[in-house]
Amino acid sequence: MPRTRASAPPGATEVSNVPFSGGVHAPGRARIAARTLREDRWWLQPFVTFVCFSAWLLYGLVRASLQRDYFVADYGYLTPFYSPCLSTSCVPGSTHFGTPFGEWPALIPFAALTLPFLLLFRLTCYYYRKAYYRSFWNSPPACAVPEAHREYSGETRFPLIMQNLHRYFFYAAVVISLINTYDVLHAFRGRDGGFGLGLGTLILLANVVLLWCYTLGCHSCRNIVGGRLNHFSKHPLRYKAWGLVGKLNARHMLFAWVTLGSLVVTDAYIALVSAGTIGDFRIIN
Amino acid sequence: MSYDARFKVWRGDAAGGVLQDYTVEVNEGEVVLDIIHRLQATQAPDLAVRWNCKAGKCGSCSAEINGKPRLLCMTRMSTFTEEQVITVTPLRTFPVMRDLVTDVSFNYQKAREVQAFSPPADLQPGDYRMQQVDVERSQEFRKCIECFLCQDVCHVVRDHEDNKTSFAGPRFLMRVAELDMHPLDTADRRQAAKEEHGLGYCNITKCCTEVCPEHIKITDNALIPLKERVVDRHYDPVVWLGNKIRRRSS
Amino acid sequence: MTDLERHDYDVIVIGAGGAGLRAAIEAREQGLRTAIICKSLFGKAHTVMAEGGIAASMGNANEKDNWQTHFRDTMRGGKFLNNPRMAELHAKEAPMRVWELETYGALFDRTPDGRISQRNFGGHEYPRLAHVGDRTGLELIRTLQQKIVSLQQEDHRETGDYESRLRVFAELTVTDILKADGAVAGAFGYWRESGRFVLFSAPAVILATGGIGKSFKVTSNSWEYTGDGHALALRAGASLVNMEFIQFHPTGMVWPPSVKGILVTESVRGDGGVLRNSEGKRFMFDYVPDVFRGQYADTEEEADRWYKDPENNKRPPELLPRDEVARAINNEVKEGRSSPHGGVFLDVSTRLPAEEIRRRLPSMHHQFKELADVDITAEPMEVGPTCHYVMGGVEVDADTAATSVPGLYAAGEVAGGMHGSNRLGGNSLSDLLVFGRRAGVGASEYIAALGDSRPAIQDADVDRAAEVALAPFRDASENPYSLHQELQQKMNDLVGIIRREGEVREALDMLDDLDERAKSVGVEGHRQFNPGWHLALDLRNMLAVCRCVALAALERTESRGGHTREDFPGMDPEWRGVNLICTLDGSDAVQLRRQPVPEIRQDLLELFERTELSKYLTAPELARLDAGGSSTQQGSADGSDRS
Repeated sequence: MPRTRASAPPGATEVSNVPFSGGVHAPGRARIAARTLREDRWWLQPFVTFVCFSAWLLYGLVRASLQRDYFVADYGYLTPFYSPCLSTSCVPGSTHFGTPFGEWPALIPFAALTLPFLLLFRLTCYYYRKAYYRSFWNSPPACAVPEAHREYSGETRFPLIMQNLHRYFFYAAVVISLINTYDVLHAFRGRDGGFGLGLGTLILLANVVLLWCYTLGCHSCRNIVGGRLNHFSKHPLRYKAWGLVGKLNARHMLFAWVTLGSLVVTDAYIALVSAGTIGDFRIIN
Repeated sequence: MSYDARFKVWRGDAAGGVLQDYTVEVNEGEVVLDIIHRLQATQAPDLAVRWNCKAGKCGSCSAEINGKPRLLCMTRMSTFTEEQVITVTPLRTFPVMRDLVTDVSFNYQKAREVQAFSPPADLQPGDYRMQQVDVERSQEFRKCIECFLCQDVCHVVRDHEDNKTSFAGPRFLMRVAELDMHPLDTADRRQAAKEEHGLGYCNITKCCTEVCPEHIKITDNALIPLKERVVDRHYDPVVWLGNKIRRRSS
Repeated sequence: MTDLERHDYDVIVIGAGGAGLRAAIEAREQGLRTAIICKSLFGKAHTVMAEGGIAASMGNANEKDNWQTHFRDTMRGGKFLNNPRMAELHAKEAPMRVWELETYGALFDRTPDGRISQRNFGGHEYPRLAHVGDRTGLELIRTLQQKIVSLQQEDHRETGDYESRLRVFAELTVTDILKADGAVAGAFGYWRESGRFVLFSAPAVILATGGIGKSFKVTSNSWEYTGDGHALALRAGASLVNMEFIQFHPTGMVWPPSVKGILVTESVRGDGGVLRNSEGKRFMFDYVPDVFRGQYADTEEEADRWYKDPENNKRPPELLPRDEVARAINNEVKEGRSSPHGGVFLDVSTRLPAEEIRRRLPSMHHQFKELADVDITAEPMEVGPTCHYVMGGVEVDADTAATSVPGLYAAGEVAGGMHGSNRLGGNSLSDLLVFGRRAGVGASEYIAALGDSRPAIQDADVDRAAEVALAPFRDASENPYSLHQELQQKMNDLVGIIRREGEVREALDMLDDLDERAKSVGVEGHRQFNPGWHLALDLRNMLAVCRCVALAALERTESRGGHTREDFPGMDPEWRGVNLICTLDGSDAVQLRRQPVPEIRQDLLELFERTELSKYLTAPELARLDAGGSSTQQGSADGSDRS
């Protein structure tokens, strides 16, 4: 009555005598040679993410080190990549917050003041973590696809345990977003110094709105405004705030991508106008 | 309306096995589990498969279809083309018993390690008062049918057998979150989440959410909020200082 | 002597659904070493399929509700054939059993003042069903499962072993109850995974195996529902009561074929869904029986007003008890007014905003979207009757859940009597909790009284059980799958929702034939996880139980609740006093006999108005009631406000 299954019956396509090793080949698990049987194009998404993130970083690096074409004096356009500009080395008019730093050292980009915080905010962001763990670190590249590393300790050890500092970069990002918002107010300016409105103003405005959507939709923010409570009913206002942040949070990935784009568009537009390559399309004054 | 589909079904046990080819009839409106049952009734009477409710409510028929963790009863045949070869294997994170049946006792072990609901000692049955808004978050997690697809797909244990001792897996971290958010639970579970259940191993790559047949937002609503609560407790000096001051002044 | 694994316990609970788990919790809390045995994985029991809620007169939604009203509704629903003591205990204890669940961690939907929200359901006078969206069964099973885990954690702290007092044996099937000197001595079964035999020594066994739905073709029940507990009880010498009463849930899915029978919760109707035939007519208004005439609306306008203002309007006829609705749908289909796939339309899309539907009926929305590609917020569902529940079951003592065999207990769907001829929606989950707990208490009292004189299992019995279990591994030609399919088809056609004498006789002949063929069922392969073998063993149970169903259906020459005889369409007060009892004789042949229904106590009868009682009771019974001397007026004043 007991039957052994020693040899492959006819119709078997793969006789599995896969040696046991790690991962899905660990002892006891079904011995299937292929490490993944996914047939769809699972590699596409991490690949696209990898390319886009790399391109963006490259663009950011180049722009930050240029140290020019970041301000359009006529209309008060200051690119977020150089905001706030706080030294006497900055182009006149771009120092919306004064010049507490005096002269700026030659080799350090102006952006060194804020860009690291913004980068760290995004680097420790829960969405970006998912995206780059998958696309840069292959841990894992896609679901049910084996990851590329033998050992794995997640975010339990240095340096990845530092991801837990996300909320501090969130606080910094809020401050920087406020600064960016103030910069937009400056962009409602005509050549004569009175009120004005151009395409650049609208781009800056749209960008800052999107930045707020991204920043406030942050998971840490969601926890701080209400998520940490166990009794929403006793804190109706915070519950409401938690709900609103939750709506943004559900689209956190979307805003993460859109703001990458909007930052580049804003910066590139201002760079082109500032360099005189194109003129600003004016609507009012 | 009906056609013959080509299937590859893994047959075997812990000692080894094969992807066996089958050609089997498929009718309109059927799901993969129907086809597996047809195989049992016509070609492979001893094909082992676990199933129960056939309506996506009990979470028994978990397997991997074309490499993706899925419920057999909730995968409609109409999602495949007639030419496509459909490969069905057991879950690949747990030890296989036979054919499509795996030993999922890992999960029951982890369930036991989560401290049970701890209500206030003096609260009598019938006196529980909770507001709907306060229970809604935990209610979402209680939709879980314990199909263990999230446990299966999570690379922390799927790709690293040795992590099984220190990592509870998405399902049971979600259980910790559920209890931590319970309006009447008295235990502080943040320390345990970090130390005993291995929350830090999660790198939020979201595969658990992707495979959840109940569409529970495991990562966004349970794991990340739990991580943030752990930060509140262990990594946030501002909160720590605030608590210190408040305790002193009160 | 057979090679087997042995275990020693105080109590064995067979079945890990609501009743089994509640019984096990009670037994363990009473200090007994308890084993839970289930055919599936722990936490997968069919209880998860329950959607609507748990009926308990907590009075949170309407403070007029009390146990007396709940009792009345239950008796009315069961057409007065209920075991009155069971219905009384059930109505009285259900609220506490629900509140207990909260202490285990259950999270029911809430009222604005923070109590458990309660919803309307067919046959219940007030909103009474504690619920969690439409996945109450899942909440119940998970809560009880987690309570078990919590007890195991306690044991672990005390003894260092999680399983020292309470252990779950998952994926294990029990094939026989073993007795010694007429009392329970243990149970014999096999691991589904390895096929290895297991012997449990225990003086008490609690059956909580659920129903028999897998004997029918169109059913909402899962593969586990093969009447195991019924058959185990029969073979152990206990009796089954009123097996002819089978509830066909009016709304099961009818398409696609693979999910035919899967349940569409009654809450769809409770929340405003209406039934229409192919002509677009709300046909239920034509099917309100006389006994319910005063309580259900006559016009669509009034019915629609009820959802907003239940105090001043009569309820829509869609919320009639399940047997009435099932028969109505059956008739519409038979008369050619069916939907494309042979059901009727259940429409909620034109009744509620899409957002509201998704909020109130999330799993229905999900189920139809995923399984049938139908968006219930935009189009009607197609539904038809499906075999759902067996009211009949093992005959038990109301207070202790004890059967006639010492040491054998039964609770939940496998037990009979509580629901009479028809069960109200929501009364099942409360039944599980109330009588699950009582079985646990009953078993512990029995064991306490037993002292050290526990019955010892006889080796010969073990060998015989092993032999029977291995019998299907013979070189024989009958395929268990085809036998099972034939049984299901014939039971559906011949002993289904509408029965006729000739057809039931035909069914009995068919059972003779199947019994004979079952002797030459042969299965291939080995004992490890062999579904063919498992089915062959279950088949034996289904055949015995089906015979009880058919014999009782033939015997009862009236129509009542879940038993409709086309040749005897009326309800006969004479039959109200009769229980049909099914037993096995010495040669394992099924026997049927009549037995009087336990009398309804005077004080319980007085909860009803005399005019209502006169529809159910015989003239002599009414005379006795009147001679009882008390005024029925007074009784009905007690908490009654029926319109």
